[in-house]
Amino acid sequence: MPLLNVQNLSLTFTGAYGKMEAVREISFSIAKGELLAIVGESGSGKSLSALSCLGLQPASAAISGNVQFDGKEMIGASEAELRQIRGRRISMVFQEPMTALNPLHTLGKQMAEILDLHQRLTPQATRERILELLEQVGLAHFKDRLDAFPHQLSGGERQRVMIAMAIANRPDLLIADEPTTAVDVTVQARILKLLKELQHSMGMAILLITHDLTIVRRLADRVPVMSKGQIVEQGAVAAIFDHPTHPYTQHLLTSEPKGSPLPAEPNAKPVISCEGLRVYFPIKKGFFKKTVDYVKAVNDVTISVPEGTALGVVGESGSGKTTLGFALLRLIKSTGRIVFVGQDIHTLQTKQLRGLRKQMQVVFQDPYSSLNPRMSIRQIIEEGLMVHFPEKSEDERTLELDTILNDVGLTPDMKDRYPHEFSGGQRQRISIARAMVLRPRFIVLDEPTSALDLSVQAQIIDLLKSLQKKYGLSYMFISHDLRVVKAIAHQIIVMHKGIVVEQGDTAHIFAHPAHEYTRTLINAAFMKD
Amino acid sequence: MSPITRRRLHLFKANRRGFYSLWIFLALFCLSIFAELIANDKPIIMKYKGEFYFPVFSMYTEKTFGGDFETEASYRDNFMIERITADGWMVWPPIRYNYSTINYNTPTPNPSPPSGENLLGTDDQGRDVVARLIYGFRVSVLFGLLLTFFSSIVGVLAGAVQGYFGGWTDLLFQRFIEIWSGLPELFLLIILASIVTPNFWWLLGILLLFTWMSLTHVVRAEFLRARNFDYVKAARALGVSEMRIMVRHVLPNALVSAMTYIPFVMSGGVTALTTLDFLGFGLPPGSASLGELLLQGKSNPQAPWLGFTGFFMIAGMLVLIIFISEAVRDAYDPRKAVK
Repeated sequence: MPLLNVQNLSLTFTGAYGKMEAVREISFSIAKGELLAIVGESGSGKSLSALSCLGLQPASAAISGNVQFDGKEMIGASEAELRQIRGRRISMVFQEPMTALNPLHTLGKQMAEILDLHQRLTPQATRERILELLEQVGLAHFKDRLDAFPHQLSGGERQRVMIAMAIANRPDLLIADEPTTAVDVTVQARILKLLKELQHSMGMAILLITHDLTIVRRLADRVPVMSKGQIVEQGAVAAIFDHPTHPYTQHLLTSEPKGSPLPAEPNAKPVISCEGLRVYFPIKKGFFKKTVDYVKAVNDVTISVPEGTALGVVGESGSGKTTLGFALLRLIKSTGRIVFVGQDIHTLQTKQLRGLRKQMQVVFQDPYSSLNPRMSIRQIIEEGLMVHFPEKSEDERTLELDTILNDVGLTPDMKDRYPHEFSGGQRQRISIARAMVLRPRFIVLDEPTSALDLSVQAQIIDLLKSLQKKYGLSYMFISHDLRVVKAIAHQIIVMHKGIVVEQGDTAHIFAHPAHEYTRTLINAAFMKD
Repeated sequence: MSPITRRRLHLFKANRRGFYSLWIFLALFCLSIFAELIANDKPIIMKYKGEFYFPVFSMYTEKTFGGDFETEASYRDNFMIERITADGWMVWPPIRYNYSTINYNTPTPNPSPPSGENLLGTDDQGRDVVARLIYGFRVSVLFGLLLTFFSSIVGVLAGAVQGYFGGWTDLLFQRFIEIWSGLPELFLLIILASIVTPNFWWLLGILLLFTWMSLTHVVRAEFLRARNFDYVKAARALGVSEMRIMVRHVLPNALVSAMTYIPFVMSGGVTALTTLDFLGFGLPPGSASLGELLLQGKSNPQAPWLGFTGFFMIAGMLVLIIFISEAVRDAYDPRKAVK
């Protein structure tokens, strides 16, 4: 008998715009000790399905179907019965380790609470059990961390604590909802390894929810693929990956970033370059705010981007890659020399720079926050034109607007709509259009695909490549995702704590990483052991 | 109309209580705007010896109608009424008193209880309570609106300056606000009242000195927050000037947050004026004022119609404003689901 058996589960929301079936008649099961990974894009209903296994679906949702855990029906069970199961027999790990822990309590206190709820232990035994758990999840210096507050831990460490709390009562089933989306790749690899180990050592079943196909391939035993609230296909991992039968699965598998950068001129002149670029943020202390030290966000970086090529900048969060991009565009203060098309720009004043702004642009990571929600698409894209080409008439501007919308794969009739009417991918196209309408020569792309679904990522990469080909653009492509960088960048630099640890041709670095850190990154990203 | 505006209107209407409160409030306010035509001691229109006169709008001396004096005709006088109606007619407003008209023919000593002539009775000086209520409401609402308008402008500007410049400007400005808001507003007013005779504009100015602070913190916070928004950064990268960024991208956001506070500023302003009038430091003696009505109610417990009328009027008005504020707050709440 399977541990968890879900039959014809449906979740329906009723709103002003009629009924919305978030989950439609899905069925799946998990055997004892099995790792099942539900894969799907955002909005496919995968998290919702998992939550409803615990009776944690939103109150406004109408639920139907059967969820049997260990032979016991979960739908319609009383709160008291569900509480007996939650946290003891089924536990959960959430995506966001930053908000899942209470910032006002120490680790020891929060973990003791979980144990007290379901087991009766003496204070001494509780303490021993907590230490045992923290050791099990591999928290560094765990013996001294019981009195630590969540903010004193890094994201990866918090996720470990979350896992420790989840396994504290030796659950039969652990539900992990995108447990590694919010952490860096190297941390991700370690967390996933930990989960796999726990699965084996504790004989625990795991329901993993993810959008990352690499994770699924490496970890899962079986996989249901969800799309628009339905399971379109499920089976053993090898079978699904080798012979996908449903068109959506096939589409998903082919949309993993692949391909190689466009061929580039061998002796192209650099469009932008910098020497000894430094961005230091002072650390101030005391009443008089004396500068005691600096955070060296970017430390002595020397790079050059040849015309028509893309430079990939990779590194984990906090490595200074975004800061480097902004410093190059003179959007934040820096020291060192920056040359843009043969002109020194590090000495220019804000006003003198303004004329150059149309030649160097930036596209941001989050397409939801980078467009002003109060402005129509026309206003958003036109803004730059009005600043740099005030002499153009309205008709001329409209013409350029239409051209650029076509270029980025949107249609001109969308220009009077507002950002919230568009999907994440479309919004990112609008962001690109806003930068492109000025006909720049150089664009800094700050994680332009990180907030997007896999299949959309591939489309954006294709779009960027086609624009590069059409207009001979140069890019600085900042990303933590090495797979994406590999698909677009001619050269890459690897940044770690503000320093460039390795730089060179993309193909060469991927094939022969010289620096230890680069190797760690590559192994983590492609989940090699 | 942008979809956001449409959504807000929808949310506003969804709060039925606030929506109807707004209509009731607007109806009352519109009526009170035309208070001169509703409660007045002069006819609206009259015909005398084949000519039309509009006493509400212009001044006619008694001599015009065959009297003896060069002063304005007193139309309520029986002698005048007889003279005019003998050779013409006149149309009176529904209430033949304005806020300062004294009824000399009350059946009992003033304050006299409600009667057919004075629907809510008269106050201790023989003035009609209904008329004073209508004019008093108008003064209160206008005072509240003007105070809100000016303190919003000052408050938004002050908040914008703090949030935009940040650093030392912000630090010093905030300390200044802290000290300023510690000043005892009421005592200051009492002292000032002994130097000048406060009129409507004086009171408005003095209260403005203190009410502008209610919006600054919201606007300041919004400006500080918005400085780091991606779309503000994007505009900076486009080469848009700082001033333009602030006006186009930051200010609208700040205004939305400020909007939810504005009705509360208004109810605060109305209450402040009433308080001052009640204490006797408000509008000059004789003017129509709800606070003064309350004071009369307190001094004349034997005439409950004064206290009750004042209380219900002020309570009703504030409740309406608060209900409207709640609906406005709902309308601007992005987390509120559209049902």
